Parts: sequence; structure tokens; C-alpha cells
Amino acid sequence: MPNAHLRVWRGAEDGEYKEYDVEYEEGMVVLDVVHRLQATQTPDLAVRWNCKAGKCGSCSAEVNGTPKLQCMLRMELYPEGETISIAPLKTFPLIRDLVSDVAWNYEKAKTIPEVKLQPREEDGNYRMAQIDVDRGQEFRKCIECFICQDVCHVIRDHPENMDAFAGPRFFVRLAEISMHPLDTNPKEDTVQHGFGLEYCNITKCCTDVCPEGIHITDNAIIPLKERSVDVHYDPLRSLGRKLFGKS
Amino acid sequence: MPDFETHEYDVLVIGAGGAGLRAAIEASSRGLKTGLVCKSLLGKAHTVMAEGGMAAAMGNVWSEDNWQVHFRDTMRGGKMLNNWQMAKIHAEESPDRVAELEEWGALFDRTPDGRISQRDFGGHRYARLAHVGDRTGLEMIRTLQQHAIHQGIDVYQECTINRLFKDDEGRISGAVGYWRESGKAVLFRAKAIILATGGLCKIWSITSNSWEGTGDGHALALHAGADMIDMECVQFHPTGMVWPPSVRGILVTEGVRGDGGTLRNSNGDRFMFNYIPKMFAAETADTEEEADRWYDDKTVRRTPDLLPRDEVARAINAEVKAGRGSPHGGVFLDIATRRDSDYIQRRLPSMYHQFMQLAGVDITSESMEVGPTAHYAMGGVRVEPETAASTVPGLFAAGEVAGGMHGSNRLGGNSLSDLVVFGRRAGIGAADYVEGIDAIPDIDTAAVNDRITLMQSPFAGTGKENPYTLHKELQDTMQLNVGIIRTESEMYTALEDIASLRERAANVAVEGNVQYNPGWHLALDLEHMLHVAEAITKGALERKESRGGHTRDDFPGPTEAFGKVNVVGRMTEDGVKVQQEPLPQMPAELANLFEEA
Repeated sequence: MPNAHLRVWRGAEDGEYKEYDVEYEEGMVVLDVVHRLQATQTPDLAVRWNCKAGKCGSCSAEVNGTPKLQCMLRMELYPEGETISIAPLKTFPLIRDLVSDVAWNYEKAKTIPEVKLQPREEDGNYRMAQIDVDRGQEFRKCIECFICQDVCHVIRDHPENMDAFAGPRFFVRLAEISMHPLDTNPKEDTVQHGFGLEYCNITKCCTDVCPEGIHITDNAIIPLKERSVDVHYDPLRSLGRKLFGKS
Repeated sequence: MPDFETHEYDVLVIGAGGAGLRAAIEASSRGLKTGLVCKSLLGKAHTVMAEGGMAAAMGNVWSEDNWQVHFRDTMRGGKMLNNWQMAKIHAEESPDRVAELEEWGALFDRTPDGRISQRDFGGHRYARLAHVGDRTGLEMIRTLQQHAIHQGIDVYQECTINRLFKDDEGRISGAVGYWRESGKAVLFRAKAIILATGGLCKIWSITSNSWEGTGDGHALALHAGADMIDMECVQFHPTGMVWPPSVRGILVTEGVRGDGGTLRNSNGDRFMFNYIPKMFAAETADTEEEADRWYDDKTVRRTPDLLPRDEVARAINAEVKAGRGSPHGGVFLDIATRRDSDYIQRRLPSMYHQFMQLAGVDITSESMEVGPTAHYAMGGVRVEPETAASTVPGLFAAGEVAGGMHGSNRLGGNSLSDLVVFGRRAGIGAADYVEGIDAIPDIDTAAVNDRITLMQSPFAGTGKENPYTLHKELQDTMQLNVGIIRTESEMYTALEDIASLRERAANVAVEGNVQYNPGWHLALDLEHMLHVAEAITKGALERKESRGGHTRDDFPGPTEAFGKVNVVGRMTEDGVKVQQEPLPQMPAELANLFEEA
């Protein structure tokens, strides 16, 4: 069996990287190797995981500097003998080892309204064409791994923006609501509400790392920005105000 | 005296998958102070992994469908061991629960006329599963979560409950647990507690369950003195991944077969035609031609690829034993030669990615290798069908932790609907119960202190046992001795192993400190798993027949006598004791549904 050479963050903020050699077998993923490390050498190694199949978004970590799901990274990706560096998501406060405190995301989630659908049709059904739910379904693939939040430099480099900025995950959620064929939320509660959309300068870092392949920037953020401008800025009204002094 | 924080609730819900979230929403809607505790982060519970869909006789695709047909399918799938009243409530109420999810934002796949689409699944006579591709569980949990966070429910994430407490009159009065992050103890005082803790299949080595499936709720209920029923009935899902080894057991949705996939052995034969049991012979196709026609023409008989899960799992097991398995000890599941690539990627996107990324297999051009994996506990807390009340006053149970609904074998798709039907019922049941209670029943502070001290004892001990090693040994003995095919002598071996593991677990050593320490968490979960393994094994010894997910090599086939009893498990000072008690019998007008067929 080959050996993996791991460099794993241990401890809290005052912790350090420690190096380990762990045997692995064909077909294993990084999370398997971390689990083997835990079972054989470091029983207290903190790591989050649940499904081990890319469905739950629990095992996000920065592997060789890029945020990834540890459960979807096959060891074959790494040449034998190469050091694999595993660190927690760094945009959020560290709890210990590979576990960060992602509570900020759950607080942001509470600020996003629920959908409010139109009344049902007379026969008790809602009717929506598949083509019209396709857009929302792309956004609802989100597994809340918070990798897009982690990589977003608006907060990664500027934690002071965390109050005003909801982050790509929740722009996806807002886009989903605003594109729901039957939603009746007023725009003031969604796109116009100001979730910090204007902080995003469309560098597409979030799209690049999304394990679900959601086109966060192109399909969610840019249309939201357009809709938000539609609502905020009406050129005719603006001209009218200038000409007639009306509000 | 150990330090702990205290919180008080009218209703405390333990577990935040589909059942727990739905229960909390219901209790909170009644104006009750509601707390929701979950071991993982919110939205990561096992529900998120459910793939194929949610069974509900809406009749959107086949207008012939109705609750009676769904009820009948469910009972027959469970080999008539189901609690008929639960199966009836479930069949009647599922369509409303689907509609409710849609109202709360779920975007199900659509029919051509814009209604909710429904797909074929094993054991269901009509295409009945509302779905979103093959990620229906994600849709359900996210919808419930997004609704719940606006209902004023207090959520305790990454908090594990370790013990329940009762007052002198035997009424539920609280629960003790710990924060995973800080390791600090926490006491919840509550008038009512709803268990929605999910399953227990982490006691087997080949399982579809995540780390969470340690049977916490089953063990908590046992210790609280609740009756458990039919714990021996465990579902081995026929199609788990078998290769590579690290993903062995991960689920492959039944939707693959629902959407046209077929099982083949190493000779390329569609072997399921050789395993059609008498009970389903009249309605199962016996030629490939008829089976293939069935997908679009429901006047012909259904494909045997979609027999109930217990039948398919046993068939795969038999093919592998007979030497007709795939290279890695499973059989082949082929959809590549039967559906085009676009269709497969649209209907089964997460299966496509799962196999591509984890196994390097392109399911649009190659066969998958699959084999049985421990998946679901049919047995669990004995509940009243209408209120989800356990036999302990103030303790309720919904979802996988509750028993009865699925009999000895659950049909695919009936779990997601079970969660919300009985999650809601438990919320109502608990709320009604709480209305009759003035104050939170007393809690024995000394017992609470003792429990907290015991929880922290692995740090103080001088033991040498590694919790990971003990867990693996438990999984190995259950896999070997209480697996898909069971026999008496092997099960006695398992009981001996469990007893010896329990002794060793008392000497478990935990390194490091109490903060986010998975070794310690596992040491505490291990106690639950050992009790659950004991209950299952003793139930399996008691049920001297083969029925549904419970297959005895030494007692092949069902017996009439055992078809009329639940095996009831209770905790005593000498461990779990089991005994047979009569299974409630359905009234004549419902029994007629089965005569007609």
C-alpha cells in the first residue's frame, strides 16, 4: 500500500500544521485517509463529515490551498509522495483542527425571506412548466458546503464586510426565489433589499469552486444585479424627476 | 458537581431530518416553545442523502392511483407486518404533505401539463414518487429547513443527546447532552420530547448510513423504558456501491431501476426473472419483453427488477454466492444499454457524478457494480398511530426511529413521506399532550449530575481501548453474524461478542480534550450502538421465520404465527428482553383490499 504524506492543521488559532504518513488503497478519497489517520494515530482529530458522497456538504476543507469536499477527492489526483496539505475553511472562525465555525452562514440564512406562492389553481394544483423550474432547480442543487462563501474575497480579505454581505450562497437563494414562477415576494424584500450584492465584482471565484457546478455568477448574481438595477434605477423616471422636479 | 447549562421547552425535538423539522414546525405552529437539537449542522441529516423520491398517491401520472392502492402496496411490501393504521394514515396523508412542501418552496420535477411528476419505484403499482432528479431528500430537507428557521424554533446544532429523564410518575421531564464543539454538558427540561433521530445501520460495516446512524433514539427510548417493536427487521438495500472499497455501501438509488435500469449477473443474464416469489407472481412480468413494455404500458405486468427491496437484495446475495457475481463481489446494474445518455444525466445526475468521481465509471456507457448495503431500520419505538406517542408518557417518536409503519420491509419512497406525515402527527400529538400539563415535570438533579460525570469519564479513566477499534469489531461481528442471511448459532456468537465489547467499552480511552473530539463522541455513541445491536440480535433470534428484511437460513419462509405478532423489546436490568405480542389486525373492509387481488 502506498503512503500518503499529509500536512494537517492541528489545534485552534494558535495551532500548527503537523505532518503524518498514512497508508492508503486504490479508490480512496482524501476523507478516507483523514479517517484512517483519525482511527490509527490521532483519535481526537476534528473533522466534519456525513454522507461521504458529495451530497451533504459537510466535509469542506482547504486542500492544497483550494476549498474542496474531502469526500470527492480521489487520492489518484495526487502523485505518490507529494505532500497533501489539509486546512479548515479559513474565512470563518476556527474551532479546532479541520472544523470552522460556520454559524455566520446560518445567521445570514435567516435574513432571506421564504417563498410566498400565489393561490393554487381551482383544482388544487400549482402548474409550472419544467422549463420554468429548471432555473430554480439549478440553484436548489446547492448543498450548503459554504465553499463559495469561503473563497469569496469580499469577506475572506475583508471580514468587516460580513455584516452587510450575504455571500454567493445566499445570492443563489435570492435568485431562486426571484425566479420562482409563482413567487409573490415584493422586490423590496428580495433583490432590492440590499444583501450586499453591490460588493460583488464578478470575479467568478465562487463559480469556479462550486462542487455542484452551479453557475453562481452567470445564472444567479448577474441576473440579480440586473433585476436590482431595474428596480432601483428607472431611466425614464429619473429623467422625469430632472425635468419636472417630481419624486 | 459538574457544570452544565439548562434550557426549558414545551416541546423538545431530537433530530433535525425530515421528521424532526416537520415535528418542530408543527409544535411551534401551536404556539409552543419548541427546541430542536441535532448532532450535525442543520440540513446535513440523513434525509439529505435520500435520492429517489417521496411516495404519495396523487394520481398525477396514473389517475388510477389512490390511497387504497398505496396502502395495499405498503402492506404487501412490509409482508403484512406493518401497523395497518399507520400504513393507512401514511397513504391518506402523503399527498397533502407533498403539496405542503411545494407551498413552502420545493421545486419538484413536473409533468407535461405542469403538475408534480411521479416516478416508478419498487413495489409501487403506479408511478408514485414525487421527485427532483435523484436528489429528492436534499429538496425536502432544505425546504423544511428554510421554512423552520422563520418559525421561532430554537435550533441547537452539533449537540448530542445522551440520556432522557422522567419524573417520579414516569413522565418525560428532560434530556441531557453535550455540545460537540465545546464538550460542555447541557440539560433540556421539557414537557414533551419527540425522538426523530433516524437510524442505526452504522452497526454494520457495509452501510449506506453516515456517522450519525448510531441508533441514539432507539437506545434513548430503550433506556427510558419505551417498548420497541420488530428491531430484527432491517433493510439491506439491494444496490449499494461495491467498489472501490472506500465507498462500499454508498447508496445507488432505486430510481436507476425505476427509470429503466436492469440487474445482470456475470453471464449477462437478467437474473431477477428467476427470483419472483409466489406472493408477487401474479403481477410480475416473466419475460423480458413484457417487463420492458411495462415502463410505458401499465396494463402489462411490472418488471421483476422492481420487486420489493428485500426480494432483490436476497436475489443479488444468491447470485454472488453462486459464483455469478461481478469482479468486486456484486452484480451489474445496467442502464447504459437501455436509456440514452441525455436521459440518464437528466434523471440521475447525482448517480452519474457519484460513479464518475468516486469509481471512475461512466454510467451512460458502462454498467455499475452494486450489492446489498445495510440501509434502514423498520423496527423501532412502538407508537400510537395517530399521535406518535410511545409507551412512555410525554415521549413521542417519528420517522425511522419509530416502528410499525413499514412492517418487515420498507418500500422505496415511503420513507420521505413517512417523515413528514408522522413528523407532523408527532408535533400534534406532543402539542396536545403538553396542553394537559401545567409545569415541566421534575427532574432528578442527582441523576443528571451522575450522567454528566459518566459522560466525561472516558477522559479520566485509565483504560486502553480505542473506540474506533471497538466500533469496527462491532461492525464486523454484525456484518458476519447478523447480516442479510441469519442463523441461530451465528447470532449467539454475535451476542457474546456484543457482551465482550461492552466490557471493553467500559475501559475506553480518549485522547485530547473535550473540544470537538470525535474519539470521545464515538465512545459515547458506542454505548448506544451496543444496546441497539443487542436488541436487534435478540429480536432476530426470537423471530423464527423469514419475513421481509429478516431472513433466517434455519427458518426459511414466513409462518402464519409469526405474521400475527410483533417482537417487543424492553430494557431490563439484565439487558434487553424480547417477547411476542399480538399485531393489531385491520378491519374487514380493509382486509378485503387484499382478498380482491
